[in-house]
Amino acid sequence: MKHTLAVLVENRPGVLTHISGLISRRAFNIESIAAGYTEESETTRITVVVEADDLELEQVVNQLSKLVDVIKITDLTGIDAIHRELALIKVKASSETRSDIVDIVDIFRAKIVDVNRETMVIELTGEETKIDALCEVLADHGIIEIVRTGKVALSRGPVPAKDL
Amino acid sequence: MKITGAEAIVESLKNEGVKVIFGYPGGAVLTLYDALYAANYPHILTRHEQGAVHAADGYARVTGDVGVVMATSGPGATNLVTGIATAYMDSIPLVLITGQVAVSLIGRDSFQEADIRGITTPITKHNYLVKKAEQLPRVIKEAFFIARTGRPGPVVVDVAKDVFAAELDYSYPEKVELRGYHPLWAGDEAVLGQVVDEMSRARRPLFFVGGGVNLSRTAEEVRALAERTGFPLILSLMGLGTVPSAYPRNFGLVGMHGTYAANMATTECDLLIGLGVRFDDRVTGLLQHFAPKAKVIHFDVDPAEVNKNVRTDIRVLGDLKWSLPALLRRLDPAETAEWGEKIAPWLRLLEEWQKENPLTYERRDDVIMPQAVIETVSDLTGGEALVVTDVGQNQMWTAQFYRFKHPGSWLTSGGLGTMGYGLPAGLGAQVGCPEKHVVVFAGDGGIMMNCQEFDTIAKFGLPVKVIILNNQVLGMVAQWQRMFYGGRYAHTDLSGRTDFVKLAEAMGVPALRITEPEGLRETLERVLAMPGPAVLEVRIPSDEDVLPMVPGGARLDQMVMGGR
Repeated sequence: MKHTLAVLVENRPGVLTHISGLISRRAFNIESIAAGYTEESETTRITVVVEADDLELEQVVNQLSKLVDVIKITDLTGIDAIHRELALIKVKASSETRSDIVDIVDIFRAKIVDVNRETMVIELTGEETKIDALCEVLADHGIIEIVRTGKVALSRGPVPAKDL
Repeated sequence: MKITGAEAIVESLKNEGVKVIFGYPGGAVLTLYDALYAANYPHILTRHEQGAVHAADGYARVTGDVGVVMATSGPGATNLVTGIATAYMDSIPLVLITGQVAVSLIGRDSFQEADIRGITTPITKHNYLVKKAEQLPRVIKEAFFIARTGRPGPVVVDVAKDVFAAELDYSYPEKVELRGYHPLWAGDEAVLGQVVDEMSRARRPLFFVGGGVNLSRTAEEVRALAERTGFPLILSLMGLGTVPSAYPRNFGLVGMHGTYAANMATTECDLLIGLGVRFDDRVTGLLQHFAPKAKVIHFDVDPAEVNKNVRTDIRVLGDLKWSLPALLRRLDPAETAEWGEKIAPWLRLLEEWQKENPLTYERRDDVIMPQAVIETVSDLTGGEALVVTDVGQNQMWTAQFYRFKHPGSWLTSGGLGTMGYGLPAGLGAQVGCPEKHVVVFAGDGGIMMNCQEFDTIAKFGLPVKVIILNNQVLGMVAQWQRMFYGGRYAHTDLSGRTDFVKLAEAMGVPALRITEPEGLRETLERVLAMPGPAVLEVRIPSDEDVLPMVPGGARLDQMVMGGR
């Protein structure tokens, strides 16, 4: 099954290389990886989505934990958490199709962030399945390019991942 | 006090108690070497960077200290790679300080630039690139701490050239503060209760002892456990020496070239207690059928080893120096005394297996048998030598036929299987233990891979004895070709023009050759008694196999036997 891991690491050069290198050489099945700054300037948070059974997950967590720059790993899968991904989608939009697309965007509560004569760029934040669904509908109009951030996740309630 | 980066490194090495450095200078480390010169720091100049790293590895294995290596940027650093990987696979503590091009030149494909941090990431416990002199004291402190604690391993510190000359206010940190690194010492005490329960229930228990026992210096504790429980033991390749070969319930090496008794014991046991092992594929054979009847208990310092290969029923995490004494305290002698009766049939079965199928070989008098060479050296040294091997048949014959007495007396490239390891590792072992007898067994293939180090042992007068078992083939590969590739010997014929006696002599090492069985013992005796370094080339038959053998992908009980 899919697991979402919050990986807190030192904000230092080379840390991402250590992590991505380990993932590839141990042949772990990683679906997405997203990194960014946190409330502490010395800490980077990486959200990793991994497809693994229990034994594989144990290996992923134990091997990643061995990296000296990895401070803490929390599995957000079993606990109540908010999962989000952001996508930017550039789609073909002529004067005839534009209103159709606007309707779709409204239904999905997405946003139009750029329009020109031939295309529109749509921004959508949500769970992976929602983004997949929007992409599927927009495909009829002709998608030019898509960029997705990969999933980020945060637990509900007052306790931060570093204390979970 | 303001000092230069190079001086700061030298001071830090002094603070860490480093007694000797193995290395090879070059452009990027000129300033560092100048500081070594000024400090008159002990340094062994090998003739190749690979020699330096294997030598530091051999030094670390025999002393238990961190081995220290220096090399220059680019090719100097990349020449270390095989040795770093060797140390990583066998969990050997090393700190390797490499020069990097100047900060302003990094990333521009500069002369002798190589991203050694990137290159060594998968084969180091941790690595650093230092671009500011102020970072040096902390980084060196951390590097040594990481290398030697927990599960040991190599740490690379790559230092930009201009950092060596830059000045800093030097003070060596007292403590290490790493948020993401907390090596395990004590684990969960309660789990030991379950271990004792399983031990008291078992009728066919077996201790499986590995290299972790050597690294944690717990051979005595293992011995005490064996005494207290009466349980039999088997050893991984890296575990050789932890329990003396002559110990009555030691059934020897397990795995691909293990003993019949050890492999059958693994297959038939109902409780397998792994102590500092990692269940390598050369041990397990076909994984699904490894120890099929056993509950598995795994003692290890590294949580990532549990369930990596073999599914574990009970894990005991923590340093063996903590867990083994803690287990001993829980074993009530009054209770364990009763276990003897329950496991007696099991011990009888093991003894029968050992008696019926001992390690053996065809004793011929027309040629020198390699096993006879090992046995004779074992006899002549009384098991007191530091035994170093290269990789291949020479390694397996030594593992099988040398009678070990002491932990830490066996040095071999177990995990990576690095040909060329033997001679330089023997060199380092001799530097670490000048008073000990160091004997290197190598083949005619492997010795050529680092034979330049003959020069080093000659120059430093290191009395390493190198026994070259020359079968004129790449023996282990040829054995596989004979057994599994229909005797098509693709490029394993090494017969050629090299005169190993002349080769050694050309670099200042006295050498002898023996081709007939007559006088083998006397010749070996003579070579071992030589005061300085010496080489003996022994001509052995080219078609002798290492047996028994578990073919790749077979179960442990599907051994190809042989010998007699």
